[in-house]
Amino acid sequence: MTTLTEAPAPVEERAPDRKPRRNWTPWVLLLPGLLWLTVFFLIPILTSVSASVQTGDYDDGFKLTWHWANYRDAITDFGPQYYHSLVYSLLTTIVCLALAYPVAYFIAFKGGRWKTLLMALVIVPSFTSFLIRTIAWKTILADNGTVVHTLNSLHLLKITTALGWTVGNHVLASPAAVVCGMVYNFLPFTILPLYTSLEKIDPRLHEAGADLYCSAFTTWRRITLPLSMPGVIGGTLLTFIPAVGDYINAQLLGNPNTTVVGQRIEDLFLRQTNGYPVGSAMSVVMMVGTLVIVMTYIWRAGTEDLL
Amino acid sequence: MSSHDVLGRTEGGDLRLAGLTKRYGSFTAVDDLSLTIPQGSFFALLGASGCGKTTTLRMVSGLEDPTVGQIFLGEQEVTDLKPYRRPVNTVFQNYALFPHLDIFENVAFGLRRRGVKDVKKAVTDMLDLVELGHLAKRKPTQLSGGQQQRIALARALINQPQVLLLDEPLGALDLKLRRQMQIELKRIQTEVGLTFVHVTHDQEEAMTMADTIAVMNHGRIEQLGSPADLYENPTTTFVANFLGQSNLIPASVEGEKDGIVSVSAHGQQLKVDAKRCRSTSGKIILGVRPEKVQVATDRGEVPDGYNALVGGKVVDTSFIGVSTQYLVQMPSGEELSVFEQNTGRAIQRPGAEVVVYWDPSQGFGLEGSQDIEAGAEADEEAAA
Repeated sequence: MTTLTEAPAPVEERAPDRKPRRNWTPWVLLLPGLLWLTVFFLIPILTSVSASVQTGDYDDGFKLTWHWANYRDAITDFGPQYYHSLVYSLLTTIVCLALAYPVAYFIAFKGGRWKTLLMALVIVPSFTSFLIRTIAWKTILADNGTVVHTLNSLHLLKITTALGWTVGNHVLASPAAVVCGMVYNFLPFTILPLYTSLEKIDPRLHEAGADLYCSAFTTWRRITLPLSMPGVIGGTLLTFIPAVGDYINAQLLGNPNTTVVGQRIEDLFLRQTNGYPVGSAMSVVMMVGTLVIVMTYIWRAGTEDLL
Repeated sequence: MSSHDVLGRTEGGDLRLAGLTKRYGSFTAVDDLSLTIPQGSFFALLGASGCGKTTTLRMVSGLEDPTVGQIFLGEQEVTDLKPYRRPVNTVFQNYALFPHLDIFENVAFGLRRRGVKDVKKAVTDMLDLVELGHLAKRKPTQLSGGQQQRIALARALINQPQVLLLDEPLGALDLKLRRQMQIELKRIQTEVGLTFVHVTHDQEEAMTMADTIAVMNHGRIEQLGSPADLYENPTTTFVANFLGQSNLIPASVEGEKDGIVSVSAHGQQLKVDAKRCRSTSGKIILGVRPEKVQVATDRGEVPDGYNALVGGKVVDTSFIGVSTQYLVQMPSGEELSVFEQNTGRAIQRPGAEVVVYWDPSQGFGLEGSQDIEAGAEADEEAAA
């Protein structure tokens, strides 16, 4: 830590009786945050990690027995759930990015004086509870709803069912419904960082691109896209990380064949008397897995050059 | 040295604007502008902000579509070509360098987009031309304003455009750097021999660099000519006031004899060369540049045949070394500026009664119906 007295100053200018003084202000300012993180983040994580190698049950109590086999169970017994969590969240991230980019681009460059209003409209749905918004999708995708009717009349439902996206003549209770709900719920998290980074781009760079032989597409490809990469990475991370852990959408819009890790963890914790250790182990596996994926992504994307 | 040596360019042509008009709603930014800019010339569009000079430039680059009119490059009409299909490049006012690319890639950008495979030599040569070869690996934000300006120039020049457009390229630089870059730009233009169209509000900048200047006002060209021609023979009060300073004196014509027009102003007789008059009857405005005027304490000091206005009183004296600037108030209240070179003559203090005199061949006559103040405020605004 650098303090005033540590700076190399000519000796004769320093008062002889002055002691090196520690500057406590940064530490004091950090204290509330550190305390919060310790109590609500660090301790719960350590508790989880510890629980993941315990054995026992709800009635007799759990003991720390370093039972690593919990991890074997947590991984091998729930293959489909890991697969669903990963595939649904990846799909959600990709679809969100594809939908969010044009929206953010339009608002940032064509929004003019409506920019703020348009961005507010993006956020407004979040004022409703997450649960209610997700349940609303049950109505949207219901068998007698417009979506199913339209898909049916276009004979698309047969195709999506053959692909395994939908089930029978229903859209509800299918992988497609789960992904739809997730995309809807996480879309603002993709739009916001994208908008922020697109909005910072000087529109004159587009003119410079046009002047230097770039068509509209090449301008986007060579200038706008590279400059919006921080937003792309931020947006996809903000979507992927909560999406991979989300289980509300799968629970409300899915079926028994679309269960994700979160549902199983909930099940182990709340409905089984000896589920804590394996549930904790699954949590740790998810956490480490997500961390590895995210770190690899950031490393591959080379953000340090962009941020 | 011609363009063919440096850039290997083989053809080009004059830039011709025909009846170019740009309207935004009810506002006419550029009004029926027709103009031919010869190939290889350094042409300046000079005017205050809002006069339509930048809009004109943007129409040439294709970033703005004209409401009416055509643009030709040599024989080719480019009016409806997209900007990226025009053999024209722009040096933008704020440079608009690509922040995610290094200097080398910024300069190489245009060549790469046109599918040029080996850009190394061209880029290196271009960076050498602007004397910044050692900065190739830097990012634009790591460069000073003057360096960024040169890179913006290099990035445009490397494409060997038929016309290079410069939009207030020196506007963001400080005065000293601006002077230096003016000389630099002129050197580069001479070296590459391309047509440069330069938009500026700075009359000194235009006069230093351009072969031909078009003074623009309200979307129209007020006057077009060489810097010396515009300065010596302004045809409107706007040009007389905007380009340098002028003393403009309302006068009425009394007669013309042997190519000399006699006028009366401030109740005194003055003469002006008929060839330098836009109007030789009725009310005219007599103009003379401050540095052509001198002051004397006595009528007897005025050489024979010179115009003299007596009854003036010095109200302000600024000694600035090479010259002394006087503000002389006439009995009517009108003030005249005098820039007298420091030749060792006595300096007149404020309050001194003086005679103001000048060589009649140095004056000029303008149409009397114009606003005598036109362009004066525009110049102040531009300088601000």
